[in-house]
Amino acid sequence: MLTKLTGGRVYDPAHGIDGQVMDLYIRDGRLIARPGDDEKISKEYDLRGKVVMAGAIDMHTHIGGGKVNIARMMLPEDHRADPVAHSELCRAGCGHVAPSTLTTGYRYAEMGYTAGFEPAILPVNARQAHLEMGDTPIIDKGGYAMLGSDDYFLRMLTAKKDQNAINDYVAWTLHASQAIGIKVVNPGGISAFKFNQRALDLDAQHAYYQVSPRDVLKSLSRAVHELGIAHPLHVHANNLGVPGNLDTTLKTMGASEGYPLHLTHIQFHSYGTEGDRKFSSGAAAIAEAINQHQHISADVGQILFGQTVTASGDSMRQHANAGLANPNKSVIMDIECDAGCGVVPFKYRDQNFVNALQWAIGLEIFLLVDDPWRIFLTTDHPNGAPFTSYPHLIRLLMDKSFRNDMFTKLNLDAQAMSTLAGINREYSLYEIAIMTRAGAAKLVGLHDRGHLGVGAAADITVYTEDADREKMFSKPDYVFKDGTLVVRNGQVVQVTWGSTHTVRPEFDRSVEQDLRGHFDRYHTMKLDHVKVSDDEIAEGGRGRVQVQPCLGRREKTR
Amino acid sequence: MVNFVGSSLLDSVRIKDVTCTACGMLCDDLVVARALNSNTLSVVEHGCSRSAALLQHPPAKPSARVHGKEVDHASAIQAATALLQQAKQPLIAGLGTDVQGMRAVLRLADHIGATLDHMNSAAMLRNTLVVQQSGWQVTTLTEVRNRADLIVAIGTDIVSALPRFFERCVWVEATLFDQAPAERDIVFLGGRHDDLGFASSPDGRPAQVLPCDMEQIPELVAALRALVTGRSLPVDQVAGIAMQDLQQLAQHLREARYSVLAWSAASLDYAHAELSIANITGIVSQLNQTTRSAGLPAGGSNGDSSVNQTSVWTTGYPLPNSYARQHPDYDPWQHSSAQQAAHADAVLWISSLDPSRRPPPSDTPTIVLGHAAMQFEQEPAVYIPIGTPGVDHSGTAFRCDSVVSLPLKPLRPSPLPSLSSVILDMEAALHASQKGDAHAD
Ligand code: SF4
Ligand SMILES: [Zn+2]
Repeated sequence: MLTKLTGGRVYDPAHGIDGQVMDLYIRDGRLIARPGDDEKISKEYDLRGKVVMAGAIDMHTHIGGGKVNIARMMLPEDHRADPVAHSELCRAGCGHVAPSTLTTGYRYAEMGYTAGFEPAILPVNARQAHLEMGDTPIIDKGGYAMLGSDDYFLRMLTAKKDQNAINDYVAWTLHASQAIGIKVVNPGGISAFKFNQRALDLDAQHAYYQVSPRDVLKSLSRAVHELGIAHPLHVHANNLGVPGNLDTTLKTMGASEGYPLHLTHIQFHSYGTEGDRKFSSGAAAIAEAINQHQHISADVGQILFGQTVTASGDSMRQHANAGLANPNKSVIMDIECDAGCGVVPFKYRDQNFVNALQWAIGLEIFLLVDDPWRIFLTTDHPNGAPFTSYPHLIRLLMDKSFRNDMFTKLNLDAQAMSTLAGINREYSLYEIAIMTRAGAAKLVGLHDRGHLGVGAAADITVYTEDADREKMFSKPDYVFKDGTLVVRNGQVVQVTWGSTHTVRPEFDRSVEQDLRGHFDRYHTMKLDHVKVSDDEIAEGGRGRVQVQPCLGRREKTR
Repeated sequence: MVNFVGSSLLDSVRIKDVTCTACGMLCDDLVVARALNSNTLSVVEHGCSRSAALLQHPPAKPSARVHGKEVDHASAIQAATALLQQAKQPLIAGLGTDVQGMRAVLRLADHIGATLDHMNSAAMLRNTLVVQQSGWQVTTLTEVRNRADLIVAIGTDIVSALPRFFERCVWVEATLFDQAPAERDIVFLGGRHDDLGFASSPDGRPAQVLPCDMEQIPELVAALRALVTGRSLPVDQVAGIAMQDLQQLAQHLREARYSVLAWSAASLDYAHAELSIANITGIVSQLNQTTRSAGLPAGGSNGDSSVNQTSVWTTGYPLPNSYARQHPDYDPWQHSSAQQAAHADAVLWISSLDPSRRPPPSDTPTIVLGHAAMQFEQEPAVYIPIGTPGVDHSGTAFRCDSVVSLPLKPLRPSPLPSLSSVILDMEAALHASQKGDAHAD
């Protein structure tokens, strides 16, 4: 079967293609070079006048695993407002802030997204994350395994174990959790909270282990680099949401001593203490630092107004914020000497000074960071807003007058504290394609996604050009997933199951000996049962595991 | 082909690291022997009486039955499908299964507009309502094992719910943080328990016991919450427990570094028990203002946690819930089996883990997809024997802390179909007959 997409205006930043009119050819789910004239085209789509991009990739979205399911369990009132009935093709579910797995897959696809990455897979909870992602149709998925507050790692750090041993443990975790990256959340802080510490700054000592978040960051960022995996250490920094955390964030950028770091939902970490209310925008300083430091990338974690729910591994900070819950309920957990979590429903209001300024800070960061290859479009779904608000966010970035109209509706004191109205930048379609496709694929390490070159998977989204970018990005004309037409006019027309992307760096398997002893001595689960197998992921025809290449192990870089 | 890993010991095979699903603890360290001639199973190491009961049933493949008459599998599927197809308000209940079984159930329920309820949902709901109304702060088994310095069991001896709790989480050899496990303090608050010898520390220190009748637990936990919050109560006893003892307990909780308050929703079997649980988690929340404390919902059986988790991610809602209006709906009172019993015109009862959990007696036509050892007082309209996950076929189960899930592996070759394969057969039959209908139009 040979499919031709004719005459679309193509945005493929991985190949420097900026709105060029081109034909694309698909065979067996992949993009191929222009075939010979004698080859029969089985299906042709006339895309003249349409905008063509690779399928979008959400590099940080909470779509699977324990805390997401707690959020679902907690919020029947939110589901009730968005019931999703079954159709001929699609199964029933629910939407809005903590959608059901099935609805998550359909709605991402209907928005032109073909992949999403769960950023906080607790190794002991990895099976659940994959079960949920396995029930998420159409899109590809994957995730980052969480380390840094697990007792095994912290003990290694305290014992000053050789970096190579740490690298082996990190690699083992990637394999066991079927992950494509490593994330650290409030480095050391989740564990510190279990010892009743309520804050942990970058250079503060963990009360029991006598190591600092800086030590954790150094060790893990180096491990990730030396293992040769593409995705830099994914960092949810200390002091989330704390006024003045800007300083911690700036120092965190230096903590890896040059090893790459990805700072996630950086909006929540860009707060100063200026002004009468001791809460101000640190966006300018943060953006400037990102511009200066080539080894740093970030996603924004934009907030948008309305009801949502925050779900995080950061039990320390979520416990501190539980008093702000709306509706007034929260779940906080200590988990298996591995990690923790906190789920706190939240309502962002444009007349609230802090919320309004948070909104502005996120947009300031988007607009002040120069390099779209190093800044990514996220709401930290659902923490800042549900992922279904992405088209609205894209419009805010692409349309200055729309943005300024929204700005004038904000709390007046917040307006006075923001430079947003003075920023003229508007993102181009090319830049949006970088942030949501080419850049995201490069950052996550998806070699055959996020671009439209020969050999790439045919994950393709086609839009009708519209000055109203929200409208344009809400309802693509066509979405192809691995070459199959899955969405037409913003509606699912075929349900497929995507792949789960992982990475498997080499490591010394003898690391299991000590780890097995540790599990037998201290845990309530066998080490072998922590591991998630390929069969479990592919079970029931729900997709397959795709192992993305990595650079290969680098021993002791310095 | 299933690969049965194990070492042959003359006439039996030993299988290591077996996961037991008989309670919410999901111990995964069992050693099970399988007799080579008969394929019967026995727990050789690390079991308890409940795990022995789970594995005691010899392999059997009873025939499927329709109205008590033995029929082949295909005819039973036809009969079951016909019943469901005629039903306007089908109820799928029991739900003693695992994640994979529940995935199949949810697909079928979506298709036929069924209401769903688990046999344990009355107990489960007591916890669910607390999560939905106030939330809670809780912990998991490995944290308890390594951190707890004070465990307060409220209205439960814990071991009735989780038989190996003290062996695996309390009187252990070592903890991660230099705490001597033997120094842990155990308090049983409320309820009346016969023998608490298992709760004495290895050096013989008995647990503290503050007993009262179960019906008095609401006032007891309300009083303790008030004391922990720093209020004083102008009475000299609550539920027969001296105020001084309660004050001491409150003080002990405030001084503990990591206290764990455990309850078993199943044993809090009185009206509005969720309010008692909310008071327990309220105590935890108060303690966490200054020190660390966590709740532990102990209990679970018959796949309740697995089924609930799977339902939540698939529909958004815990059990009971319903697809009767084409989309998932959640009304825990309306959708409970007790209420549905009056409305349902067909019941599909599922119990793959425990043959003693039969459908409640009723006049409603009932299909049972059940354990091969199931015996009936009231023969159902259709009975199709199914395998047990983790014994006859593979699967996945969730522990009572809802965080850890474990892979279940088959322990013997089995002729019994899994629940999900039976449901696939039913869906194929439904599909075929719906096609037939379309042609007839
Ligand atoms: S404690 Fe529970 S899980 Fe463990 S062996 Fe006994 S019944 Fe099975
Ligand atoms: Zn996040």
